[in-house]
Amino acid sequence: MTVENSKTGVTAGVVGHPVAKLDSGEKVMGRSEYIADLYRPNMVHGAVLGSAHAHARIVSYDTSEAEKAPGVVAVLTGDDVGEGRMGAFIKDEHAIAKGKVLYLGEPVAAVVAETEEQARSAVRLIKVEYEELDAVLSPEAGLAKDAPILHENLDDYFKVFDTGSAGNLASRTVFEEGDVEAAWESCDVIVEGEYTTEPQAHVAIEPCGALAEVDAGGRVTLWSANQSVFRVQANVCESLSLPMTRLRCLTPRVGAGFGNKMEAHVQPITVALTLKCGRPVKLILTREEDFEIVRARHPFKIRMKTGAKKDGTLIARKCEVLLDCGAFADDSPGVLGYSLLMARGPYRIANVRSEGKLVYTNKMRFGAYRGFGNPQVTFAGEQQIDDIAEQLNIDPIKLRRKNMTHEGDPWFLGQEVRSNGLKQCLDEVEARSNWKKRNQAAQRPGVKRGTGIAVAAHISGLLGTGAIVRMLEDGSISLNTGATDIGQGSDTVLAQICAETLKVPLENVFVSSPDTDGSPYNWGTTASRVTYTTGRAVAAASADVEKQVKEHAAQMLDCDIGDLELRDGGRVGIVGSNTDLPFFAVSAHAHWAVGGPLVGTSTLVFERDTLDPKRAVAQGLPFPRIGVMSFSAVVTEVEVDEVTGQARVVEAWSAADVGRAINPQLVEVQLEGGFLQGMGFALYEEMVWDGARLANPSLMDYKIPTTRDAPGVVHPIIVEAPEPDGPFGAKGAGEICINAVPASIANAVEDATGFRHRSLPMTSERVLRGMMSADKTSGEEAS
Amino acid sequence: MADREKLNLTVNSDNATVDADAGATLLTVLRDELRILSPKRGCNQGVCGSCTVLIDGTPQRSCLTLAVTCEGKPVQTVDGFDADTKMALLRDQFQQNGAVQCGFCTSGMLISAWHLLQEDGALSREDINAGLSGNLCRCTGYQKIVDSVAAASKEASS
Ligand code: FES
Ligand code: FES
Repeated sequence: MTVENSKTGVTAGVVGHPVAKLDSGEKVMGRSEYIADLYRPNMVHGAVLGSAHAHARIVSYDTSEAEKAPGVVAVLTGDDVGEGRMGAFIKDEHAIAKGKVLYLGEPVAAVVAETEEQARSAVRLIKVEYEELDAVLSPEAGLAKDAPILHENLDDYFKVFDTGSAGNLASRTVFEEGDVEAAWESCDVIVEGEYTTEPQAHVAIEPCGALAEVDAGGRVTLWSANQSVFRVQANVCESLSLPMTRLRCLTPRVGAGFGNKMEAHVQPITVALTLKCGRPVKLILTREEDFEIVRARHPFKIRMKTGAKKDGTLIARKCEVLLDCGAFADDSPGVLGYSLLMARGPYRIANVRSEGKLVYTNKMRFGAYRGFGNPQVTFAGEQQIDDIAEQLNIDPIKLRRKNMTHEGDPWFLGQEVRSNGLKQCLDEVEARSNWKKRNQAAQRPGVKRGTGIAVAAHISGLLGTGAIVRMLEDGSISLNTGATDIGQGSDTVLAQICAETLKVPLENVFVSSPDTDGSPYNWGTTASRVTYTTGRAVAAASADVEKQVKEHAAQMLDCDIGDLELRDGGRVGIVGSNTDLPFFAVSAHAHWAVGGPLVGTSTLVFERDTLDPKRAVAQGLPFPRIGVMSFSAVVTEVEVDEVTGQARVVEAWSAADVGRAINPQLVEVQLEGGFLQGMGFALYEEMVWDGARLANPSLMDYKIPTTRDAPGVVHPIIVEAPEPDGPFGAKGAGEICINAVPASIANAVEDATGFRHRSLPMTSERVLRGMMSADKTSGEEAS
Repeated sequence: MADREKLNLTVNSDNATVDADAGATLLTVLRDELRILSPKRGCNQGVCGSCTVLIDGTPQRSCLTLAVTCEGKPVQTVDGFDADTKMALLRDQFQQNGAVQCGFCTSGMLISAWHLLQEDGALSREDINAGLSGNLCRCTGYQKIVDSVAAASKEASS
């Protein structure tokens, strides 16, 4: 299959080619429809009331005033929903607060009215009587003896793995390989430290929202901003105790998701409202609500210790983490387990122990966020590698190269890694950043310059996925996978894989929008998994169609199947001869004469074990089968203003091994966008709680990077170490691009100022304080 | 409920009379009354820029602008540039360079970029960074957006 690049006029295979995203045409015209842009006949609007307390029993509701308010159609409280509970790992969450409220702002009641404004004013007229309880505002407080208990029936909740839940402990996980305690003795250098990171808000520019309507037969159709129509279906049906056949989930365009739209937000409430009032209900969160009631990146407390021999060989690492779960478990047990699985880093270290606890607190839930706990542990681990390099006087890249994992090496706990482009990532960033000559540019007065490196790995994979490839009567192709394109371009990438396999022009492939009625199951657009897992299913389903095309053609041309080949442009012909057939002739034959319509299918689930029990022990492993590994190396150059302490990234080189870039331009955007999001996390993004109240739930008070903050240039560097069973060798790119960024910046700031920051974000104030103390001492953190 | 008023607006060269609350913002009137949906509500607080439209030729945040103040002034959204060559250049560059990810910021970004292109001569990256600093994008890291505006500006001024 070939495609013409309108920019260069060059033709090339469609896989590996930077074709423009299929939806970019409608987007530059302003025509894409996101959840807030959908309207249904007779539609009404929903609004939610947030709880006034962080922890309280709900004694009673008085909804009489609200019901009389202008335009009000219906009111919903916890009394309207049953006992159903949802949750990815621990089913601990009702559709709306019921019995108790567990964080300030938690939706406790909702209203539907003719207009959004009417709904918002009426909802404030609902009076809820509470019996206030003591609040748990930190994981330490949650673990304290006599701490107030958030989930009194935790023991009875359904859990998908052995969580070890007890009291406010939502889950605990312990992994060990080798013998860490015995190994310290053989180390010549040991570094040890405590690290903390703060909550980061996702800030997808589109706030979360949903629209639901119920038909005459009582069946509900639900559109929402989502990362998986199937997770939406599961969450709504579990929390409202509906059979899945009663709910159809669809997706409009999604204004980005970074983990925030994977599990439920307002979908269950919206469905409950439409079931209550019988009319279509749209509920779109304000920006403040989106900050306050969806989810955020976990704050981490990390204690880490790493030991090495004089020659730099890493011998042992120990990592203990404490995670604030917030009020509901959501994806948190997964984040805990995953961060511990990644805490070794991409290194050969024989003795590793990582363990952690996840504790319920009376705050908004923390959950999935691009990197899934990995940026936090990498922030600690990669600074320790630099500390060791410094103490042993070894170049930081050299030390990493000496210890890095190679193809075929097991990952921590034992899973075999079949592709590994880490060495090439390191080589690339070292050469391209001119690492050996770093910091030799003329210093500007008042400015300290520094350069840092960090490496990381990430999985792509997890759970079930499928693809249906149908050849239509005219020979064109309909591709249906159920994977939500959240803007990253997965529809385009999957169409490229399908077009390449069937040798048809890209424009002959139509990608259906996910629909739980018609799409095969897809766990979701998460875990950097769509290109790798769904791509595999698409390649296999396309190959299934190829096989069927050849069976028909063999009959029609009276030849052996083995003599047939697919030809560019959607034709099948006899090898070594000019005889061939266009797909429409084959499809017509199948539709009208013999065999029936051509439908190729494939479903799969990621099946390789995370744990090799002969190598390692694990307790509380949330992912028995996880995924293949991508790798990255990031070099960052920073300038620190000596007067203000402001650190600025001047230039960065971000290399990632993505197996094979199906669409290099889309991989580059991941590297560039992921860098900036990681930079915001490293330098200034921080959700601040004032007691139980989130103090900065607005874009005025919570700053994300703008064009003015962006580095001079981020060099995206694509490395391709093909994964044997990946589609055309591809692995994921969506998260590997963020993991090493905060650590790389921290190492650069240390290089510039002599001060090691063990707490994020590295705000001007902290960097300034650090510089002042580094001038006095040798650079150990005071705070 | 607030008083409703009749407003006469000119949006994308069409005259429209709408009934709107006296306190309604232009964003609300465009979206809810006129169903012109390209301006997006990202924050409703004047920070994100996804609601940016041209009012009398200058980019404004429609979420901060009262609709009544727009009477007698032409309002232009990204839908209203059919015959405009500079907008066509920008659109082409945005698509070619991969400057569009989720696209939620794109309408506002294109309006701000188009306004920058009204300056004579090719824009520097500093000009573009300054001119787009009020439009947030969480997906792209801005690099491909700035590249696209720079390329369009070069083409427009050649
Ligand atoms: S919606 Fe107007 S600036 Fe964000
Ligand atoms: S493309 Fe998603 S916010 Fe800019």
